Amino acid sequence: MYPSRFRYEAPRSVEEAIALLHQGGGEAKVLAGGQSLVPMLKLRFASPEMLVDINNLPGLDYLRVDADGTIRIGALCRHADLEKSTLLAAHQPTMAAAAPLVADPIVRNRGTLVGSLCHADPQGDWASVMIALGGHIVAQGPKGRRKIAVADLMKGPFQTVLAYDELAIEAVVPAPKGVAGGGYLKLERRVGDFATVGVAIAIETSAGSVIRAGIGLTGVGGSTINAVDAAGALLGGPLTADTIARASELAAQAAQPRSDHRGSATYKRHIVSTFVTRILTSVPDSKGKAA
Amino acid sequence: MSSLFAEVPPEPASDVPVRRVTINVNGEARTAVIEPRLLLAHLLRQGFGLTGTHTGCDTTNCGVCTVLFDGTPIKSCTMLAVQADGHNILTVEGLAGASELHPVQEAFKDEHGLQCGFCTPGMMLTAKAFLETNPDPTEDEVRWALSGNLCRCTGYQNIVKSVLAAAEKLRGQAGN
Repeated sequence: MYPSRFRYEAPRSVEEAIALLHQGGGEAKVLAGGQSLVPMLKLRFASPEMLVDINNLPGLDYLRVDADGTIRIGALCRHADLEKSTLLAAHQPTMAAAAPLVADPIVRNRGTLVGSLCHADPQGDWASVMIALGGHIVAQGPKGRRKIAVADLMKGPFQTVLAYDELAIEAVVPAPKGVAGGGYLKLERRVGDFATVGVAIAIETSAGSVIRAGIGLTGVGGSTINAVDAAGALLGGPLTADTIARASELAAQAAQPRSDHRGSATYKRHIVSTFVTRILTSVPDSKGKAA
Repeated sequence: MSSLFAEVPPEPASDVPVRRVTINVNGEARTAVIEPRLLLAHLLRQGFGLTGTHTGCDTTNCGVCTVLFDGTPIKSCTMLAVQADGHNILTVEGLAGASELHPVQEAFKDEHGLQCGFCTPGMMLTAKAFLETNPDPTEDEVRWALSGNLCRCTGYQNIVKSVLAAAEKLRGQAGN
């Protein structure tokens, strides 16, 4: 399969990339890892007039933690970099759990977290993770930079609020105010398949009490679901069998799955609830296990 | 010219954008003029005649088109050839030395790590890169590392055995 014809540009600076996107007037597409875009070009689901390949932009492949604990992921940081990161393994359990579950090992060598967010596939793992973590992206356009919360980034399937001449520079996870806990679980028929269901949970605890919670759901709606009520049920006290059961129930209610070849809507809701329980009972100071 | 005439391709239409790329393929600089929409897998196969790189699903699932891009496994059906400009590509043709097989190839031969052979180039290249980062893997780690490469014949048992045997061979070499 061959993509349709396009003009190819490989700028050497962010400013040049933005100028090209501006020039493209909505008919240009950013190419980062290309693990979703190239197949879409080949299937001709996408046929942009211009492709702006950002792989030659210097200094965007970083994964770093600021002194205050803020995590920053550059636009060219690959899934494999996140999977291998000892830093995430030590400090950010939700991201560390998700990184090895994205696509397959070869795709992870090339695909990027920021690209995955901008692709806005309802089946994308990172959007759920970043929503659970309360993360945002930094987008740069001709008029400068702005922050966009990942929860506000997706307008619908494969649609974001990014302007046509804005480039997502990095994704940011705010510094935790307590001890970070959580995880990511995904049900897939085989490695590399789209998620049947994915659940991302990120909580912060202080003195045994949950002070922040976020739950993101993958693959059970027209876009990534921010299960606000389910997360809210965890706040203000320790994790107990009761709060966990309540959050599991509310998360299942927040899901809007459709019956398809991957399973019935009822089954998918059940998995959402099971995964919420599993993740929360495995948080180190969870009291849910006793129940 | 070896005969009195040679058929040449028609001149491309002048409005078709083309790019000149130089890619180091298996240690040799290869230059081509290509349309940017050409995929790396197709440049390797049809352009350079390196048909050891197979194309299977053509949808980024099966991994048979895996090549090493600056030492890292990538699916060559999911990279534009123009993106490889200035980079190093290793295909299965570049694995063996002048007179002997690469230890990974030896191991696949010894352990019957293939039946039809279609997935084998991708399997071996993935295995080579994996064993460089993890020279003494467990069986589980091998299975995990190969999970992006599909095989429809073997049920994977002998492929996993082959990679474990290759690891042993390579450790032996490193020890010498």
